[in-house]
Amino acid sequence: MLENLLQYGFVVRGLEAGIIVAIIAPLIGIFLVLRRYSLIADTLAHVSLAGIAVGLLFGWNPAVTALGSTLLASFGIERLRNSKKVYGESALALFLSGSLALAIVLLSLSHGLNANLFNYLFGSIVTVTSNDVLSIALVAILVVVTLFSFYKELVYVSFDEEAAKVSGIPVRFINTVLIFLTALTVSLAIPIVGVLLIAALIVVPVVTALQLKKSFIKTIFWAEIISIFSVISGIIISFYLNLATGGTIVLLMLSIFSIVFFLKRNN
Amino acid sequence: MQKVDHTKNIIEVNDISFSYNKEKVLKNITLGIHQGDYLCLVGPNGAGKTTLLKIMLGLLSSETGSVKLFNQDIKDFKDWQRIGYVPQKATSFDINFPATVKEVVLMGRYAHAGLFHRMTEKDLELVKKSLEQVEMWEYRDRLIGDLSGGQQQRVFIARALVTEPEIIFLDEPTAGVDEKTQNEFYALLKKLNQEFSLTLVLISHDIERITKEVMHIACIDKTLVCHTSPEEYLKDSHSLDISGQPVKIITSHHHN
Repeated sequence: MLENLLQYGFVVRGLEAGIIVAIIAPLIGIFLVLRRYSLIADTLAHVSLAGIAVGLLFGWNPAVTALGSTLLASFGIERLRNSKKVYGESALALFLSGSLALAIVLLSLSHGLNANLFNYLFGSIVTVTSNDVLSIALVAILVVVTLFSFYKELVYVSFDEEAAKVSGIPVRFINTVLIFLTALTVSLAIPIVGVLLIAALIVVPVVTALQLKKSFIKTIFWAEIISIFSVISGIIISFYLNLATGGTIVLLMLSIFSIVFFLKRNN
Repeated sequence: MQKVDHTKNIIEVNDISFSYNKEKVLKNITLGIHQGDYLCLVGPNGAGKTTLLKIMLGLLSSETGSVKLFNQDIKDFKDWQRIGYVPQKATSFDINFPATVKEVVLMGRYAHAGLFHRMTEKDLELVKKSLEQVEMWEYRDRLIGDLSGGQQQRVFIARALVTEPEIIFLDEPTAGVDEKTQNEFYALLKKLNQEFSLTLVLISHDIERITKEVMHIACIDKTLVCHTSPEEYLKDSHSLDISGQPVKIITSHHHN
């Protein structure tokens, strides 16, 4: 049955891209969730939609404009937050609604409310090209190497920002690195689950693994298992049942969360 | 172990002031902390004790004056592993954070290792040593959130100890822990100060208790009201009210 499935080039490419994103998302997610930054993933996803709209309007590669806009916005959000003039969540709300408004206006200008846009909103594994897989892999390597380099600092800052600062860790720089990596990951995940469901991919496996109450390393491990399992089985199930892939993956993740949550609660 | 030189100042605070939104919370504070000292900062709520501590740790910058750590201006100071810090919120951190006792203490080594470097055998040995010093080694694989308040406090001290610092700052370490735990805690601090020659600076509200423990008391109420021995402090402040706060000092400097 699986052999049958792997005959289709687009399924193989979809699986490749999906697995790469499944590996990256919880690695970023654990730091976002623990720092109460979960909403940043969603915000940057909406920003990337504005980037895509710019790409569609001017005929540039939407993947590139999406990446550019999320990176730009990530620095904007950090600056706004550090200025202490607005609350952290308010900064996110400003960017989230602002970029969605911009996206809608730009799309109406380009008459781009078409099937193409639908792919960006909800993901479309079928349209992943081998070039996409290659660029996703390259960006993923960049994310993993950076995360690995700053792992210690990210853990300490997530646990106790003040003590980390006193111990000599450049807290603001580490925060910038984290949001920068989030921007990269969000742009990576667009073809798989689409703009609207990226946050789930980053947040849900981590939140599920946190219910298990394990050490930091083991929490990451379980989040990875849940994430990779959901993405692979989501792609396969959606193929056979002819369902939307992104939605299937996220529903699977949420089912695992519910099972773990209730099992743990009854223990 | 190096000999403690009580005449040598390791922290020098010189004429610092600080305001929050134009309201002065610290005025012209000058304070020296010598090697081997065991100093407690006391004073009413909002007197600026935590602010002063944060200035000495470089978390806030004073508007005037200077702070010297180990004879070096705080702006140029890089040797942060010589300073340990146990924050006030150590007792109110995220109890769901997925970290074991060992992982929490290891964090103390992170900045020391520098960017890109991984933890070594030596780091792990120091983690073991610090946890043994606070008698928490057997809890090493437990989640930090599953421990009692007093046990968590010990783990945070171990995290401060793990860089082998010369001085540790503690912001209200005994807030919210029961009396038995407090006794054990002060016994631990005494051991660190006397046997391991660590300089200790803490903030406390429990004046009655703290005067039995520390070497020096610095009373802060926006300005430095006094810096003296516990005996002198008790003599000077005559009567104590129910909360253990010296009445004279409170009334003369409150609400200005």
